[in-house]
Formats: sequence, structure tokens, C-alpha cells
Amino acid sequence: MIHPTVSGKRIKFMMTCLCDAFYADVARASYEVLEHLGCEIKVPSGQTCCGQPALNAGEWDNARKVIRHTIEEFEGTDPVVIPSGSCAAMTRHGAILGFEGESDLVETKEMASRSWELCEYIVRGLGIENWPGRFDGRVALHRSCHTRNTFIYESAVTLLSSIDGLELVEVGELDQCCGFGGTFCVSFPNVSEKMGQLKVEHLTESEPDFIASLDMACMMHFGGMMDKQKLGTPRLHVSQILKQALDNQ
Amino acid sequence: MAKLEQSIDRYAAELDPETSFAVRDASKIKTEQRFDTLWADFEDPNAMRKLAGQVKQHTLENLPRYLAQAEASFQRNGANVHWAVDGDEANAIVLDIMRRRNATKIVKSKSMVTEEIELLPFLEEHGVEAIETDLGEYIVQIDGDHPSHIISPIIHKNRKQVARSFEREGIGEYTEDPEELTRIARRFLRKKYLEADVGMTGANFVLADSGRIVIVTNEGNARFSMAATKTHIVVVGIEKVIPREEDLPLYMNLLGRSATGQAMTVYTQLIGGPKLEGQEEGPEEMHVIFLDNGRSDALASECREILRCIRCGACMNICPVYRQASGHAYRAIYPGPVGAVLSPLLALKNGGFHQLADLPKASSLCGACQEVCPVDIPIPDLLLRLRARGKEESAARGAIDSPGFGMWAIAASQPAAWKMGLAMGHAMNVAPHAWLNAHPSAKSWQSTRDLPKFRGGEFRKWLNARKGGNEK
Repeated sequence: MIHPTVSGKRIKFMMTCLCDAFYADVARASYEVLEHLGCEIKVPSGQTCCGQPALNAGEWDNARKVIRHTIEEFEGTDPVVIPSGSCAAMTRHGAILGFEGESDLVETKEMASRSWELCEYIVRGLGIENWPGRFDGRVALHRSCHTRNTFIYESAVTLLSSIDGLELVEVGELDQCCGFGGTFCVSFPNVSEKMGQLKVEHLTESEPDFIASLDMACMMHFGGMMDKQKLGTPRLHVSQILKQALDNQ
Repeated sequence: MAKLEQSIDRYAAELDPETSFAVRDASKIKTEQRFDTLWADFEDPNAMRKLAGQVKQHTLENLPRYLAQAEASFQRNGANVHWAVDGDEANAIVLDIMRRRNATKIVKSKSMVTEEIELLPFLEEHGVEAIETDLGEYIVQIDGDHPSHIISPIIHKNRKQVARSFEREGIGEYTEDPEELTRIARRFLRKKYLEADVGMTGANFVLADSGRIVIVTNEGNARFSMAATKTHIVVVGIEKVIPREEDLPLYMNLLGRSATGQAMTVYTQLIGGPKLEGQEEGPEEMHVIFLDNGRSDALASECREILRCIRCGACMNICPVYRQASGHAYRAIYPGPVGAVLSPLLALKNGGFHQLADLPKASSLCGACQEVCPVDIPIPDLLLRLRARGKEESAARGAIDSPGFGMWAIAASQPAAWKMGLAMGHAMNVAPHAWLNAHPSAKSWQSTRDLPKFRGGEFRKWLNARKGGNEK
């Protein structure tokens, strides 16, 4: 896992394919948070997906096509900010794995060195540890698996716990996956469901007012289960909490 | 239509609640104990894991040299060294040694490698009385079962099942008291040690510089078998060698803590050769059989890091898939994350890559396994590499694997096609449902989860509509 070192306020925003297709509100909240920070934001319109679905499915030729396209779309020296731990892990680790021994490795590593997840960019890239405004409620924060070996989860904890009115509640078995895993949840629906059920129980056991995630992929999975079970705890991406806090200044 | 249903998933779905609870509960407790002891005793366990991984990797990259050194050291100590290319050769060597010594009875301590080569059934076929002396393995043996975990072979059983087995075999009266059950087994096994001609063990480590093997147990059974028998046979995978005696403490500090949360296992033995002249007890002969069985091929493969494994089981304890599916779901002697990589690479009797190519898919790639691995094996990366190999091999065979990403890759590398997909809007709301409903196994996905509503391209529209929108 490469840790990003290239920072600055002229940035490129990777909206992620999930936000492109399903979660426009999350992309918008992330964009507005970055705007609030005074960033000069470019959103490459040709962006598609980071390539992770194909890499994970073992279709490395197809994955490489998409990674190459992503690298072209985000070429340059600007930091790339991504509202997803999983897509950030792909650009910083998965893509490099996919290009081991290939000529594209240099460009892949170069992009990795300036790829940030949103919270990590705010805390580690810009050095901001206190978030302004107010957000009232007890929040259960899901630790998405692809934030392992990074400072993403702890950056989110730093930001959220600095917000007036917000209390982070304890979530059991943080090390356990929610069971999404891309095509895993379709190929192994029963194991995935059992994993998801445990995650839903852990996230809701302290009766939080909100459930928050750093990754919409995880939340699509355990959130889909919550909807089916009519569990109404509101779910927000961390960027949406940051944005709502700003609106309550 | 591609076959989506996975046997591991079906196994997990059909697992009885009793077993399911036993596996999950024990795994969870071990995971917690591991974490607590490692972080209580050391300032930076992660630095130790990384160092231990590097030393093992160095050893693997210079394996021929260290194996030659180990062989010379063993011979200097008076032990015999044998090389077995596969399980059949190793089994034949064991039988040959026994026949030469006119031996008919063998006691064996816990060793996954002898499970791998199916040694006991082979010896029994050839008229040898072979007894497992590790309590868990002994229960596996009398039940005609297989271990479902490399450290806790009967993690899938509870004390009632054990009591019923003992009663059935006439070993002792039915009791659910674990201490009494252990006493019953002990009384029975003590007799077997004294009758046996050969003591058989594996080895947790082989020290190349001194020619000693290291065995750790919690029951003292390996030690007992050597005290009572005249011949000691060791079967060990070629990857178990480490360079020097002074490298051992690092691994000893990690192994017990990672496996069971113990700072140290109860018994640790270092054995370098048969008994010396004038020594009153101990085996007269020691044989060390180094087993390949696919390890050289694994070493030459894109997954060589898997050979660093010291068989602690921490990866299976923490693995959310193992916890739900249990070890037998993996259909191979090494289950869990390490097994999902190792088993398809080894020359197992029921194995071969084709037969076990589904194992690397049985992971959400959550990365928990690497985080706890005492030798820092990048298991998720290796799973990905094996998935890529699986795709290539099934394509070469013209076999259908799983739904392809070809169309997706075309769209995702061409913005115009991608945006057209986004613009299809409502159609995309219907498509995933239709696709999911077409697959029997995927239907259950839908029965417990709602899909989000497709709202393709809305962020792009919002961005473009903004005054002074600065989309490139």
C-alpha cells in the first residue's frame, strides 16, 4: 500500500462509479466539502471506474484497460481525492498489483502517490483536525475493510469526533467485513448474508441515531439488508455529515 | 449460463447451527486472545510480523542452500535424511523404515503434513497400528473425520459429540466433563505409547545451522512418544527450515500468541538426532523426511510467499468466511485464507488446481488475514493472483468460469459508452434485478437485500448546471 505524499489545494475529484450511478448526493456533499476547504476542483468528465471489479474477478486484462483509462483521465501532478476507501486502495495498491512487471507500473505508482481518500486528504494532506459546525447525534461509524493499512479510518474518527454535538458510539468486531466484497456477495450469497447480518447487528446494537460509512459499497450491502428488515436508522456517508455540520455553523 | 453457485457457500448455508456456533465462537475468542497477548507483551507486534516475514522470505529465496545445510547438520548429529518428491514417496519411506526395524506399531503426534499425505490410512492398509496421540486428532481418527482447523482439529465438535464417540469405541463411560474425558483419553493413550515401536512427529521449524527440529505441543504427546519408542520419524515440508538457532525466538514469540493467544506453548522441544552413547533413553534412530509435494512448484509460482506460513491458524480464526463456512467447506486439508492459496498449489490427492480453483474466490478480500499473519503473507494479493490464473486456465480449457467483464471493460475505458450507460437511466434499475433473478443462487441475495435506486449521471448534471461549473 502506497501512502500518498503529494498534496495541495488544486485537486482532481474522482466521483467513483457507485456515486456516478447511485449516490449523487454523496459525490455532491464531498464536492461541497472540498469547495469549503478552498480547493480548486477539477472533475475529469471522462472518468468511469477505478477498475477494481475486474481485478477482483481475476480478469486482469480487462482491469488493466480500465486502470490505464483512469490514469489517463487523472494524469498530471494534482492530488486525486476520492470519497471511498476502497477505490483509494485500488489506486494505491490493487492497480500496482495488476501492473507488476508491466511497463505501466511507473505511471500507476505515480498516481498512487497522489491518491487520497477524502478524510485522509483533509486530515493528513491539509493538516485539518477540527471540523467546524454542528451535527447532533450519536453516530456508529463502519470501518470499511479497504481502509486497513491506511490512515483513512483514524482520519475520519479525528474529524467526526471534533464536531460539536456528535458522539461516536462503539461498534463491535470492527475487524469483521460486512460481506460485500464485490462479486463475492453474488457468488457467495449465503456467507455474505450471514456476514452482513452480524455487521447490521453490531452497527445497530448501541441504538445510534446515524450509521456512517467511508464506502458506499459496504453501505449499499448492509444498508440493503437494513431496508429489507425495515431498520430505519438513517445512513450517511462521512462527507454528508461533514457537509451537514458546515450547514449548521 | 455461467455457474454461479459455489460449493463453499452451499456448505455454509447447510451447516448445522451447533457446529456453526462452535466454530464462530472459538474463532472469535482466539482472535481476541491473540490480539491481547501480542499487544500486551510487545511494543510493536507489526514490526515483528514484518521481520519474521522477511527472514522466511530470505530463507525461501535461498532454499536449496539452507536445505543442504540442514541435511549436513542432521547427518552430523547422527540423523538420517530422506527426500520425498510427493506423498506416495514419503509414505513408502516411512513403511520401509518400519519394515527394516520390524516395527508394527506407531504413535504419532499432531502434524498437518501427515494429514496432507494421508499417511495413517496408508500405514493401516499395510498392517501397521497407527495412533494419533494429540487428543483432537485422536477424536478425528476414531470418528473417521478430518481436522477442520490446522490448530484446533475438532473446532467443529462439542464435548457431547466427543463423549458419544468415546462411548461408542468402548474407551470410556459417557461423561460431558472435559477433564474426565481428557483423563479417559490419557489412560488409553499411555498404554499405546508403551507398546509402540515408532514415534512419529512433524516439525514446526527446522534449524539449518544446528540440525535440530523444533516441536511445540500443549499436551506433551510428542515428547512422550519419543521417550517410549526406539525410532523417531519426522516428516516435514521443505519450507519449514529457518537459517539459524538465533532466528527461532522471533518465531516462538509469534507462533503461540498468534495461534492460541499463549505466550508460549506448554511443551517446546528441540531435537537434534537420536540418543547419544551413554544416554539412557530416547530413540536409537532418527529419520527426517523432507517433503516437496508441490512446494517447489509453489516456490516457482506467483504465490511463493504462501510458503512463509508457520501454520498458526490466526488467518482462519479471524476470517469472516471461515467463521461462517467452517474448515470442511474448503474440501482440502488446509482450510481458511492460507488454505485457499496453499491447497490449490499443492499436489494433494483430492487436489490439483482445477479441482480447487474455487477456493481463492471464497473471500471478500477484506484483508483481515494479512493483518494478523505472523509472517505478513499478502494473502489477499495471492488470492487475486490465483483468481487471475483460474480465469486464464479456464479460458484456455474453453470452460465457463463466471460472468465476464468484457463488456464492462469496454464501457469503463470509453467515456462515451460509459455516459450512454448512465443515460439509460430507468433501464438500469430493471437490469440488475433481471440479472440477479436469472441466477438461482443470486436470488437469495435479493431476498435479503434491497438494491438502491439507479440515479445515473445526476452528480454530473448538478455539476454542469452550477454557475461557473468547472468540469474539465
